[in-house]
Amino acid sequence: MNAMTEALRPYTEGFKAFASTHADKAVWLKDLRRDAFAHFTAQGFPGERDEDWKYTSLRPLEKRGFVSTSSVPEQIQPGLLEPVLLREQPAYQLIFINGRYTPVLNDAVNRISGLHITELSQSLQQDARGLQTWLAPETIWKRDSFTALNTAFLQDGVLIECDAAVHLERPLQLIFVSRQQPQPSACYPRILLRLGAHSQVTVIETYYGLEGSANFTDSVTQILLEDSASLEHLRIHRESPGDFHVSRVAVDQQHASSYTSHTFNLGGLWIRTDLQTRLQAPQARTVFNGLYAVNGRQHVDNHTRIEHLSPDTHSDELYHGIIGGHARAVFNGKVIVAKHAIKTNAAQSNNNLLLSRGAEIDTKPELEIYADDVQCSHGATIGQLDEQALFYLRSRGIDAQSARGMLVEAFAYRLLERIDTPELRAYAARQINSVLPGLATVMEPL
Amino acid sequence: MLSITNLHAKVEGKEILKGLNLEVKAGEIHAIMGPNGSGKSTLVHILAGREGYEVTAGSVTYLGKDLLSMPPEERARAGVFLAFQYPVEIPGVNNVYLLKAAYNAIRKQRGEPQMDAMDFLTVVKAKMQFMGIDPSFLNRAVNEGFSGGEKKRNEILQMLVLEPRLALLDETDSGLDIDALKIVAQGINELRSPEHAMVMVTHYQRLLDYVEPDVVHVLADGRILKSGDKQLALELERRGYDWVLAEAAA
Repeated sequence: MNAMTEALRPYTEGFKAFASTHADKAVWLKDLRRDAFAHFTAQGFPGERDEDWKYTSLRPLEKRGFVSTSSVPEQIQPGLLEPVLLREQPAYQLIFINGRYTPVLNDAVNRISGLHITELSQSLQQDARGLQTWLAPETIWKRDSFTALNTAFLQDGVLIECDAAVHLERPLQLIFVSRQQPQPSACYPRILLRLGAHSQVTVIETYYGLEGSANFTDSVTQILLEDSASLEHLRIHRESPGDFHVSRVAVDQQHASSYTSHTFNLGGLWIRTDLQTRLQAPQARTVFNGLYAVNGRQHVDNHTRIEHLSPDTHSDELYHGIIGGHARAVFNGKVIVAKHAIKTNAAQSNNNLLLSRGAEIDTKPELEIYADDVQCSHGATIGQLDEQALFYLRSRGIDAQSARGMLVEAFAYRLLERIDTPELRAYAARQINSVLPGLATVMEPL
Repeated sequence: MLSITNLHAKVEGKEILKGLNLEVKAGEIHAIMGPNGSGKSTLVHILAGREGYEVTAGSVTYLGKDLLSMPPEERARAGVFLAFQYPVEIPGVNNVYLLKAAYNAIRKQRGEPQMDAMDFLTVVKAKMQFMGIDPSFLNRAVNEGFSGGEKKRNEILQMLVLEPRLALLDETDSGLDIDALKIVAQGINELRSPEHAMVMVTHYQRLLDYVEPDVVHVLADGRILKSGDKQLALELERRGYDWVLAEAAA
């Protein structure tokens, strides 16, 4: 038995067990799972020769051999989630524990006017009709191994549909909790989001690890923004030091729609996120903001991809990275401007702060421009804390550690400035502040 | 207050200070003048605790303590303040935040309670008005996008808020037009008192028209070659430095 087959064995066995206990009513779904799993086993995990995975080794993931999560939903004390719950403003919250939806908080999410929320666990067990167009197209599930794997094991998640012209006052927060299991386990949440024309919604996707968790989350998020719809999307990663996560977010944008993403990678052991949007009609605009702050032996890889497929589309991307200890970060930002996408405006920037000798960043901004008459810029920087600024602060009576903390904070807070709503900014600041002091203190000189 | 004895220092292996002696008493203002590259900035940087200087001989005593053994923040808390020749831009850290952190760090050292945020703002705003600084300045990042004159005024504002026992002013007058120079001088005079001392490094006599020094020194080739009263500054303005060097060599 070769190494790859060995690495896939927990998934093969898991899928057998899953298929024997899981009877899909919908024939298309049963077939889809089978095909998706076959695709996953045929492809295997991406290898080092795969350009998309050049700086992120799959070995740590393969070695763990995650088993499938039990299908019994668990309960949890809501107090345990306090650190990641949006408290700065009223919100609707849905909690998932190890991938399974759990009604923890007494939220009346099913009674929000103009918003339709379907738990996938319920829907999948019934006819799943409304889900076929989301799940079944080959262009979706065949895109890569992890999406195929998610499709094969899909049990839970949520379909959110917002009617046209609805402005949702409160943010909708989805919290995915990783909790310690007898054996490290894998879960496969799926988020499907459709915003009708001229609607306006804020969604917070939060991944949170409780003490001792060491699980694998393979999440897939699909977003469709119809004409002039507007989505503000916060994604907070605060998994445990033992957690793995491969996260895929794919957005499709129609005319004059607006998508703003704020990604905060603040936890986990091994995190890979792929965020992509396709600007398919004029005046669609997208903003990708991101902050990764890693320490110890953490590995975080952000791949972003913005496809300007129509004339007169706009994108603006800023990622900041703070890397300490022996952590490693990867940033790959691709911007593609299709041949007819004239009058495209695209700006991208990735700045990194290395706090220790053992820290590493591999950054690669990529522009592929096939159109004339466009305005595109990109750049990447890698630096250390400014010694002159440190001395300036110390000469004012601020101790060396606090001075470092102030400079690290200032670098991180650049991303907060890009969140318009004060309440959301305060929430994001609270999340960032859970890791920054650790980064500012555990620092060896360079 | 400050006593420098036979100070020798190197930068990147090159000897810059070659046996410098200086005594500064409380209440005094000393002006240090001298040609380019004579070691004026090196001196104030060493006093403030900047890294990259190697003190090879001599001693510096400040209020009875060995100044050179203290890290920069301890010096600041003990009342030493350096007004930078080139104030550093710190994006993302706003002025009021820095001022408050610095102010409270110094109070903490003195065993005084932290000042209430509102009271602190009242104090700072009054000093800003005195220095002709716009209120919007408080929430701007430290020195970011400031003009040369604004940066210098900001240094003096910080000095007035922190009320150091010993202020070191490194070419605070350079790059200022006459109006800005007057405001900066007004700020310096504001701090002047029997408890406070100042060492001003300057190239030009014109600052001394507005801030009258008690002692004027000529620093050249790593040593104080001549000291005198404010008349010496006027003479230097007229005659340059060569005659001082020649006199010293004789």
